[in-house]
Amino acid sequence: MKQNTQAVVEIRNLAKAYHRGGQVVPVLTDITLDIAAGDYVALMGPSGSGKSTLLNLIAGIDKPDAGSLRVGGVDIVTLDEADLAAWRARNVGFIFQFYNLMPVLTAFENVELPLLLTDLSAREREEHVTAALAMVGLSDRIEHYPSELSGGQQQRVAIARAIITDPTILVADEPTGDLDRASAEDVLNLIDRLNRELGKTIIMVTHDPHAAAKARSIRQLDKGELAK
Amino acid sequence: MYYLKMIFRNALRHRLRSGLTVLGIVVAIVAFGLLRTVVDAWYAGAEAASKSRLVSRNSISLVFSLPLAYSNKIRQIDGVKAVSYANWFGGVYVTEKNFFPQFAVHAPTYFDLYPEFVVPPAQLRDFQRDRKGAIVGRRLANTYGFKIGDSVSLRGTIFPGNWEFVIRGIYDGAEKKTDVSQFFFQWDYLNETMRKVAPRRVNSVGVYVIGLSGADRAAEVAATVDATFKNSLAETLTETEQAFQLGFVSMTEAIVVAIRIVSYLVIFIIMAVMANTMAMTVRERMTEYATLKALGFGGGHLAALIFGEAAVISGLGAMLGIFLTYPLAEKFGKATGTLFPAFRVHDETVYLQLACAALIAVIAALVPCWRAARVRIVDGLRNIG
Repeated sequence: MKQNTQAVVEIRNLAKAYHRGGQVVPVLTDITLDIAAGDYVALMGPSGSGKSTLLNLIAGIDKPDAGSLRVGGVDIVTLDEADLAAWRARNVGFIFQFYNLMPVLTAFENVELPLLLTDLSAREREEHVTAALAMVGLSDRIEHYPSELSGGQQQRVAIARAIITDPTILVADEPTGDLDRASAEDVLNLIDRLNRELGKTIIMVTHDPHAAAKARSIRQLDKGELAK
Repeated sequence: MYYLKMIFRNALRHRLRSGLTVLGIVVAIVAFGLLRTVVDAWYAGAEAASKSRLVSRNSISLVFSLPLAYSNKIRQIDGVKAVSYANWFGGVYVTEKNFFPQFAVHAPTYFDLYPEFVVPPAQLRDFQRDRKGAIVGRRLANTYGFKIGDSVSLRGTIFPGNWEFVIRGIYDGAEKKTDVSQFFFQWDYLNETMRKVAPRRVNSVGVYVIGLSGADRAAEVAATVDATFKNSLAETLTETEQAFQLGFVSMTEAIVVAIRIVSYLVIFIIMAVMANTMAMTVRERMTEYATLKALGFGGGHLAALIFGEAAVISGLGAMLGIFLTYPLAEKFGKATGTLFPAFRVHDETVYLQLACAALIAVIAALVPCWRAARVRIVDGLRNIG
């Protein structure tokens, strides 16, 4: 699938600082970045460079101190907590390093979780979940709990959960950081497929150059600034 | 359904911890129920008292008696339907620990004034014909194995000597709250014996029981009775039967208050234990709550999950506790013999137990809910458990 040149993420002069013991520690300084719809961007940089903070801001789970941030045409900086939560439910798919599945829910129920915030009927939810789990190759594991799955399988359940609502963007924070080489390769291939076959816009934070090489573009962050 | 499944599975996630918390709630609910039942039993006499009966006693103290001659004068007062009288006997059956109330009563009239004491007519007639006859309550009969025709010996303390009685009747209670642990015998037997052994105590009445033509006339009749005997050698103090019974309870008010305080203290302690359980639970699951928030779930959803889990644990404890309260109260009642007139778990006690369980759940979940709802997603996600 071809990349759309229209920017789905528009970041202008974004800044973020943390306050520690009365001291202001700048994390991101004057970030300006556009990410086109259908793009697959890897954010790289040393620890403390601000790449996870930038990802959190784009995903709407943290607030910037300055600048503007539009995702899918919505200025998410101006949204209040409730609107932001509703926006995230519709527009952001999360893939976490440690999968963050609910241990008391089966693979099926974990994937179904975001759909509870939609108006879909139980039958429609079932159809969507079955399709998503089939897409990640886990049709035979739907009744398994996370503890009964390998790390790679858990991450694939998390990916199915991330795409189940057909979000505007997928954000992945070190998605292979907790996986062995073979499982990491499977997960990276799956993410690559989501981008190439389904046209998903993916923003991935990684330390791993091999993982970053799968992305269409790599943006380097250093000391809170984007490398030119 | 989905959320209920999640709540139940979360509640059973740490089975040992949840199990111990449920056990604690069971113990607290049972203890609360039993202590409340003890308090209720304390007031059972007053609760069972009729509003259309007055009790008249010597105004100085119950220790002093009233002359038998008052009986006719009271009967003539407007508003009085019937009069009977009784003396507290205070005898000992075998040993002091076998306590039960014993009254010498005016056999021809006493049971007419107490329709709640249900005596088969034939047994009542046998009792009235036999000077040494006695009527006992069903609970008392069951406790000591008294049967009709049995001879029972009481050692007198207020009225010295060994007193022999023959059980002529067993009464049942018309209502659950009726005291069926009393022992009644003929006042004439007491009076005739006193005539022989202590002539100065003859024709003395402990209390008059006055039946009213209408409960609304209680105050007026009581005032008239007391006015009738004003400035006599034995002035009367007349009050409703309930006030008379409450007078006894008030003597032990401090114990009742202490029991009440302990019952609420038990609930407070388990509330703290439960709050600790919920706080630990939420702290451990902060990453999960942050994930749910990241996925778009609001504070209300998290609160519902946490409150739900607290309600499941507390509800389970309450149900088991209430279920166990009944047999334990029965055992407790049997163990205390005839100390309490009636020892039964009131419906109000069960409602209070349920209310306590709900309160435990709400209070225990309050702070954890607030913390989960307030946690910043990025902080929660960093909190890898």
